[in-house]
This record gives sequence, C-alpha cells and structure tokens, in this order.
Amino acid sequence: MNVPTMADMMAQGKQPEVLFWVGAAGSYDDRAKKISRAFVKILHQAKVDFAVLGTEESSTGDAAKRAGNEFLFQMQAMMNIEVLNGYEVKKIVTCDPHSFNTLKNEYPSLGGKYEVFHHTQFIQNLIAEGRLKIDDTTLKGKRVTFHDPCYLGRANEVYESPRELIKRLGVNLTEMKRNKSTALCCGAGGAQMFKDAEKGDKEINVLRTEDALETKPNIIATGCPYCNTMMTDGIKFKEKEAEVVVKDIAELIAEANHL
Amino acid sequence: MQYLPNIIFALALALGLSFFAMNIRKLLRNIKLGKEVNRTDKKPERLKNMLMIALGQSKMVKRPFSGFLHIVVYVGFIIINIEVLEIIIDGLFGTHRVFKGLIGDGLYGFLIGVFEVLAVLVFVAVIVFWLRRNISNIKRFLSKEMKGWPKNDGNYILYFEMVLMTLFLVMNATDASFQQAGIGNTISQFIAPLFDGFSPEGLHTIERTCWWIHILGILVFLNYLYYSKHLHILLAFPNTYFANLNPKGQFTNLESVTTEVKLMMDPDADPYAAPAEGEEEAIPEKFGASDVADLNWVQLLNAYTCTECGRCTSSCPANLTGKELSPRKIMMDTRDRLEEVGRNIDANKGVFVDDGKQLLNDYISPEELWACTSCNACVEECPVNIDPLSIIMDMRRYLVMEESAAPQELNMMMTNIENNGAPWQYNQQDRLNWANEE
Ligand code: SF4
Ligand code: SF4
Repeated sequence: MNVPTMADMMAQGKQPEVLFWVGAAGSYDDRAKKISRAFVKILHQAKVDFAVLGTEESSTGDAAKRAGNEFLFQMQAMMNIEVLNGYEVKKIVTCDPHSFNTLKNEYPSLGGKYEVFHHTQFIQNLIAEGRLKIDDTTLKGKRVTFHDPCYLGRANEVYESPRELIKRLGVNLTEMKRNKSTALCCGAGGAQMFKDAEKGDKEINVLRTEDALETKPNIIATGCPYCNTMMTDGIKFKEKEAEVVVKDIAELIAEANHL
Repeated sequence: MQYLPNIIFALALALGLSFFAMNIRKLLRNIKLGKEVNRTDKKPERLKNMLMIALGQSKMVKRPFSGFLHIVVYVGFIIINIEVLEIIIDGLFGTHRVFKGLIGDGLYGFLIGVFEVLAVLVFVAVIVFWLRRNISNIKRFLSKEMKGWPKNDGNYILYFEMVLMTLFLVMNATDASFQQAGIGNTISQFIAPLFDGFSPEGLHTIERTCWWIHILGILVFLNYLYYSKHLHILLAFPNTYFANLNPKGQFTNLESVTTEVKLMMDPDADPYAAPAEGEEEAIPEKFGASDVADLNWVQLLNAYTCTECGRCTSSCPANLTGKELSPRKIMMDTRDRLEEVGRNIDANKGVFVDDGKQLLNDYISPEELWACTSCNACVEECPVNIDPLSIIMDMRRYLVMEESAAPQELNMMMTNIENNGAPWQYNQQDRLNWANEE
C-alpha cells in the first residue's frame, strides 16, 4: 500500500495537503493497523495528497500525561513539535481521539499549533467537498450502534460527524441509553489500557458492551482504536462474536465502498 | 419598653449577620490557601455560564424529575426572600406589613398569594425529596460516603424548609387584619378556620410567635450554611463563573515542568551553570498535589460548592463497576481536609502547624486515584460545574513525579514511551510496517 512519508515528500520538494498522524495503536496494534489501512484506502479513493511521519513519529505522550507523568509528556510533545514544525505541518488528521485531543488542545501552549481533525471530521469534509461518496447499499438495513469515545465526545464535543457518516451508510443507527455527552467510557482512557483495573465487581468494557447489546446491533461502530479493542474484548466476553462485529467507521466506509 | 422588641430584633439580626460574616471570612481565607490560577479571561462567557447554570439551573433539568423539584424549592427560596425583606423592615421599625402600604393592596395581595402557593409547592417538593432520600433505594444516596453527617445534613435542611414554610402559612392564617382584608390569603384562608375559637389576643400571640421563629429560623439557617453542603446556594454563582472554559480533554501543561524540560532538551544549556540572579532562593517546585494547599483556589472553591448530589458518582464508570473511586468523595474529602487545615490555622494564631496528615493517603487513597479513566463523565454531569478530575490528575502527578509510585504496569508503559516512542515494546524502526502488511 502506498503510504508516503514526510521525508519522501520533502526530498521531492513537496508539501502534502495533510499529515496523517497514525498513533502508536494504529502503527503497532494488529487490530488497529486495519483501521489505519482502511483510512488510507479512503484517502486514496478521495485522492487526498497526504503523508505520514513513519519512523519519525513518536508517542504523543497522552498516556504518560494522564498517568501523571508530565515530564515524559512534555518531552514527547517537544520532540514531536520539533519534527512537525520542521516539516511545516499545518493540518493533521488522526484516527485516534487521544492523539487528536493532545495535538489539538495540549500542544499549542508548548509551541505546536496545527489544525487537527479526527478522521470522521476529515471524511465528512471530503464528502462535503464532493471528493468522496459513500455507497449506501452495501450495508443497507444493518443495525448499527455508535460508541462515543470520551476523548472525541465529552472532551471535544464532537458528537455529530461520526453519526452523520454512519447515517450515510444507509444503515439503521440506534442509540444506546447512555450516548453522546452521557456516554459511558470503554474503560481504556486515562492510561487504563496499559494496566489491570482496580478491584471491583465488573470490568468497565463489559458494562459498556452490555449497553451496546441492549440495542441488538449487528455492528458496534467505533471511532477510536482503544474503544475498538475494549468493545471487541467485551463481545468476546459475552460470547457474541457470531452475531455482533466491532468496526471502526473508517473500516465500514472502506467496506461499503468495496475498497 | 415599647421599643424592646425592635431592640431585640436588631440585636438578633446583628448577631446572626456578624457570625455569618466571620464564617465567610474564614471561607475566603481557606480558599486562598490554594494556588493561583487565572480565571479572569472571557468575562462574557463566564457571566453567561453563571446566568445559565447557577441562576437558570440549566444543568439541573438534565434529570427532569429531581430537576423540576429542585427548581420549585429554588424559586420558592428566592421569592420568599422578598418576604424576609419585609420582615426585617417590620422588625426594625415596628411596622406591620410595611410593603402593603408601599405597593398597594392589589400588588401586595398578588405577591403574598403567590408566596403562599409557592410555600405549599415547596412543602410538597421537600416531602418528595425526603422520601427519595430516606425511603426509595436510589443508589447515589446510599453510597459509603453518605453515612453520618452528610446524610443528616441533607435531612436537616429538609426539616428546616418544612418548618419555615409551615410558620409562614400559620403566621398569615393568624394575622386577623390580613385575613379580614382578604387579599393574598390564597392558602392561609383555609388554615384560618383551624383557629376559629381563639381570642384576638391568642391569635395575635400565635402570629407573633410564628413571625419570630420564622425570622430567627432564617438567621440560624443562614449560619448553618457554612457547615453544610447547602453552601452551594451561595457558591454555585462564583463556582460556575470561575469554572474551566477550555475543552474538557485539555489538561494543563505544568509550566514548572516546561522550564525543566526545555533545559534538558537544550544542547547549549550548561547543567552546572549558577542559577540566574534572584533564582537561588527559589524553593524547588512540588510537582502535583498531595495536600489542599497544592491545589488551586478554584479546586478549593469547588470543594466548598459541592452539593454532594452524587450525580458525578452515579455516572462514573469506575464507580459503576464497583471500584473504590467516587468523584463525590474526592470533593467531600477535599473540603473536609481543607476545613481541618483551617481549624489548625485558627488554633495556631494564623499559621498552619504540620499535623502529620495530608489529603493523599489520609483521605484519598492511591487506589481510588488509579481507578479513574479520565473520561470526564463526572465533570459533564456536575450541575454546578465542579471538576473532580482535575484533583485526581494533580494527585496522580504527585504520585508519579514526586514519589515514583505508579502501578508497575504503568511504569513499564512509561519506560516504553521513553525508549521506543510507544507504550508497547516495539522498535520505532517498525513504525511504518502496518502499511505493507495484509
Ligand atoms: S473522570 Fe474519572 S472520576 Fe470522573 S467519571 Fe470518569 S472515571 Fe470517574
Ligand atoms: S461534584 Fe458536582 S455532581 Fe458531584 S456530588 Fe458534588 S455537586 Fe454533585
């Protein structure tokens, strides 16, 4: 798959329209890599001139910051900002709401000011500009429920762009009882992804999966690689893999468009 | 002798108000123990928040049932204060229903009529609140932190309201001239017949007794506030005004850390260089918060404003799945510790003497702190814009940066970020491999 890097672009004296910030999960996690690839397919179809940092990309520091390690966070941030500013990056798109939030809100006061988009916002713009169409027949009639990622939803009040995209798939969008600003966390945020949960009587992702299953979905749509993992695990725990799949919105669009 | 009631009234009023003022001074001093944080920008937006959220109760109605009842009690409270103003003037100058002459029978009758209806509505709402609190099994009223004082505090206020409303209605019912005039006695006309057999003097005594207990009760209530979660009826206003306006996901970038990181990353910096003029004395900055004085004043104001309603806790994913964390408890602990520090200062002539305790560990355990997913549900839910998450984060910062006390797996995650630029142990050179798989 053709994924140009900023270094390649620079060597050719070119400046891409947008930088795709892949994020650690999107780069290394087997499940999340599929989301990265699906999104790239969409970018190709819409003929978007993009590039990634590749081996020059490093953790945004989100997990370190939320674990309380402000030192490590700021070191990561300053390194990344140096690279980004070196390439004169203006526009960034990412499939990871945590990177989205950090780049958008926490980098500016450290010297990194960019226009940052979550991939659902970016795709929505592509559609509005007439650069992309979504085939609304492939998935027609499926029941889909959307799990709001905390760092996209409550943290940045992006509730509509994922929903608009889902509606364009021609599917039947159903809402969980806790949705949008009252959505329940998948359990991965605040660095929880990287540790065992504290003692309790249930795992958070199982509770959230129960919320989703109440809507009797065929598909649980997500917009975050961590939510995706948590919900996939929840479905396995509930032994519902046969009936329900967990897919990122980028994957659904790629599938609908037969990419 | 004729002026005795007026003098007693003036004394009671002065006593009540000065005791209140003393407590407010204490409150301000305690809040100022917090660190500076700038919340003076964007004044129009702040004002709007205050008007919508504190005055307009816009976040209360997200839970329509309790929201509606709350508005009844709240409107009743505000409006009945107009009545209190009249009582104060009457009390000081020995007049009787002074507004009646001032604004005319028609308007006066209308107002008092509305007050009477409100008094009944408040009474009903308060009963429903009491039943919800004490009879129904609503989880957020039954949590661990709601035992003892917090539970009683909630009930006391409800009893207070019931008594005050009853006094107001009985006072009107036994006011013979008011009943005769027949204006504004919407409700009290139905209570008046209960006193039919009473002599005029007897009626007058009851009326005066109710009047006195009513106003003294209000002065007691005012002074009770400082010790109660009902402080929110005052502090909700500044609290919503000074609340954070940044996106909820945006956490502060600690400036003290920025300075050090810049030094570390600057190849030209000489680590052995003598500190610049005036910096020698600087006390090494403490990273994060382990006690109330490490928090900022808005966080401390938050603690005093907390209503203990538990809306935050009932939406917290960690709490919902049985973990120790309760954002409401974080706020209550912060207030309790701040009060303790305040009493310590009072007892030691204005200076804090180390008592070997702090907010961390003595009140809030690391286990609670580590259970938080930083999801912001608590912040979103709070009807008065309190931010429990910011306190949790500041305390995590202390645990990690001052005590290196993160859970082992998080230490591994951080080591990986430091060495490989990712929370997992992968080689940074493999970062683009995903593009060529499948
Ligand atoms: S931010 Fe933390 S404390 Fe607040 S609701 Fe989420 S998990 Fe609970
Ligand atoms: S922090 Fe807010 S939501 Fe939580 S108990 Fe206090 S007032 Fe209620």
